[in-house]
Amino acid sequence: MAVLVVADHSDGILSDGTARTITAALELDATVDVLVAGEQAQAVAEQAAALSGVTRVRCCDDAAYAHRLAEPMAALILSLMNEYAVVMAPGSAQGRDVLPRVAAVLDVAQLSEITRVIDSSTFERPIYAGNVLATVVSEEAIKVITVRITAFEPTAAAGSSAPIEAVAAAEAPDLARFVEESVVRSDRPELGSAKVVISGGRGVGSAEGFKLLEKIADELNAAIGASRAAVDAGYVPNDYQVGQSGKAVAPDLYIAVGISGAIQHWAGMKDSKVVVAINVDEECPMVQTADYALVADLFDVLPELEEGLAQLKAH
Amino acid sequence: MKILVTVKRAVDYTVRVRPLTDGSGVDIANAKMSMNPFDEIALEQAVQFKEAGLADEIVAVSIGDSGSQDVLRSALAFGADRALLIQTDSVLEPVAVSRILAKIATDEAPHLVLMGKQAIDDDASQTPQMLAARMGWAQGTFACGLSMGEGEVSVIREVDGGTQTLALTLPAVVSVDLRLNEPRYLKLPDIMKAKRKPLEVQTVEELGVDVSTKTRITHFAEPPEREPGVRVQSVSELIDRLVNEAKVL
Repeated sequence: MAVLVVADHSDGILSDGTARTITAALELDATVDVLVAGEQAQAVAEQAAALSGVTRVRCCDDAAYAHRLAEPMAALILSLMNEYAVVMAPGSAQGRDVLPRVAAVLDVAQLSEITRVIDSSTFERPIYAGNVLATVVSEEAIKVITVRITAFEPTAAAGSSAPIEAVAAAEAPDLARFVEESVVRSDRPELGSAKVVISGGRGVGSAEGFKLLEKIADELNAAIGASRAAVDAGYVPNDYQVGQSGKAVAPDLYIAVGISGAIQHWAGMKDSKVVVAINVDEECPMVQTADYALVADLFDVLPELEEGLAQLKAH
Repeated sequence: MKILVTVKRAVDYTVRVRPLTDGSGVDIANAKMSMNPFDEIALEQAVQFKEAGLADEIVAVSIGDSGSQDVLRSALAFGADRALLIQTDSVLEPVAVSRILAKIATDEAPHLVLMGKQAIDDDASQTPQMLAARMGWAQGTFACGLSMGEGEVSVIREVDGGTQTLALTLPAVVSVDLRLNEPRYLKLPDIMKAKRKPLEVQTVEELGVDVSTKTRITHFAEPPEREPGVRVQSVSELIDRLVNEAKVL
C-alpha cells in the first residue's frame, strides 16, 4: 500500500506536524511518499527527504502553489491519486482546508483528525468535543485522512536522504485569488508541539495581563495559548485559541491561568500529561479537574511563580 | 443576490455527551438540542448582508430528522425567507450530506453558500469544502471577516499563525468561524412571524440522492478519566510538586 502525505510548510520550513503525520502513515505498514508543493519548494523537499520512513518526495515547485490555496492544491493531489491508496495530511488549517475537497471529488468519506491507527482500515477519532472516542472502519477505495498531530510523535531524521522527484503542476480553474496575509512570526515554540503551554482566559483581564504569562513562558520555553473568551475579548490573536474549534495541544505541562475550563476548552488540552490550574474560583471545572490546582489571584501568584522558576533555573 | 445557509440540529454546546455503556452509540436521547453554534454565525452573516441591501433572499436548509424543523423555524426567526428540510432518520457522513447539498445548490442556484466551519457533534469540518468541490466553486474556510465585491466575495480566513485574505469568484462557499460576528437574540415578534414563513419538507428518498458510504462507526468509547488532582496551597508547593512528583520541570 502506498500513502501520500501532503506536507505543510511556511517560510521554507517543513512543519513539525508533517513529521508527525508521517509517523501515522508508517503505522499503516505502507510506503510513504511526501508531496511538497510551493514556490521555491526545493528546500522544504530536502527537509522532507531527510525524514525517517520517507520513500520519496514528490516536489511541485510552482508559483500556483505559493499560498497553497485549496482549489489548486486539491487538483494537484488528485492528479497523483491513481498511484496511492491513502492520502494523509496534518489536521492543520491547510490540511483541513484542502483534503475534504479531494475526498469529495473521489466521492469517499474522509476521516478527520484521527488519534490512533488500529489497523489499515480501522481508526480512532474524537467526536463531541473529545468526550467520545469513535472507532471508525473505512472500506473506501481511497482513504482520505487528516491527523490529530498531537497524538503522534514526529518521525526522526534518517541517516540518508530519500529521492526527490519533480511533479508537474495540475490544471485548475482560477476561482480564488490571494490578497494578503497577516501572520505573526514568534520565537516561541509552536503551540501544537511545545512541551510546555501556558494559557490564559477571561480572568487574565487584558492584553497587558498576558505579559505576566509571557514572562513565565520565557522561563519555561513555553508556548502561549488562550481560551476562546480571551481571544474574543481581543487580549491575544485568534491562533492562540486552544479548544474544540481552535488548536489541540498535548504538552507535558499545561498551565491554565484564569480559565474556567468549559467542555470546549478541555477538548483542546485534555491530552496534556500534567494540568495546572490557577484560578480564584475553586468551583470552576478547571480547578476541579486539574492535576494541581492553586486557588489564588493570578496577579498575586504569577510574579511569584516567575521568580520561583527563575531560581529553579539558576540552581 | 441569493444566499443559501445550512443549519444542523446538534446536541447543545453545554451538554457533556457520554457514550452508551455498551458502546453502540451516544447517550443523547434526552439531551437538549440546538442549532449548531457555527451555523448561527453563518445565518447572522446572511441576515446582515440582507439588512445591508446586499442580498434579497435567504434560504435555510437542514438535513436531519423531523426535529430539525425546530432549527429551521429558528432560522426563519433569524431572518431567513424560507426553509427546506431534507428529512432522514439516518446519521449521514459529511460526504453524503455534500451530495444532497450539491443537488440543492444546483436547483436553487445561490450566489453564496454560508455554512458553519464544523458541527459540534461529529467535529468533521468537511461539508463546506466538499460542497465547493462538487460544484466546482471557490471556497473560503474558517472565515472571520467577509465583504461583498463586484462578482466576488472577500474572505478573511483564520489560518495557522494569523489570517489570510482571499477574493473568491461567485458563486462560492464560505465556512464561518467564531469571530465573524455575534448572533442576535431572537425576539418574540420574529419567532411569531417565522411561523407563517414557508418550510418545505422532502425526504432523502424523494430527492433521489444516494447517501450510502463505506465508512461506519463500530464503537463509541469514553476517553480515559484523569486521576483526581491535588489542591496546592502555595506557589512553592506547586513548583516543588512539579519538580519532584510530576517531574515536568
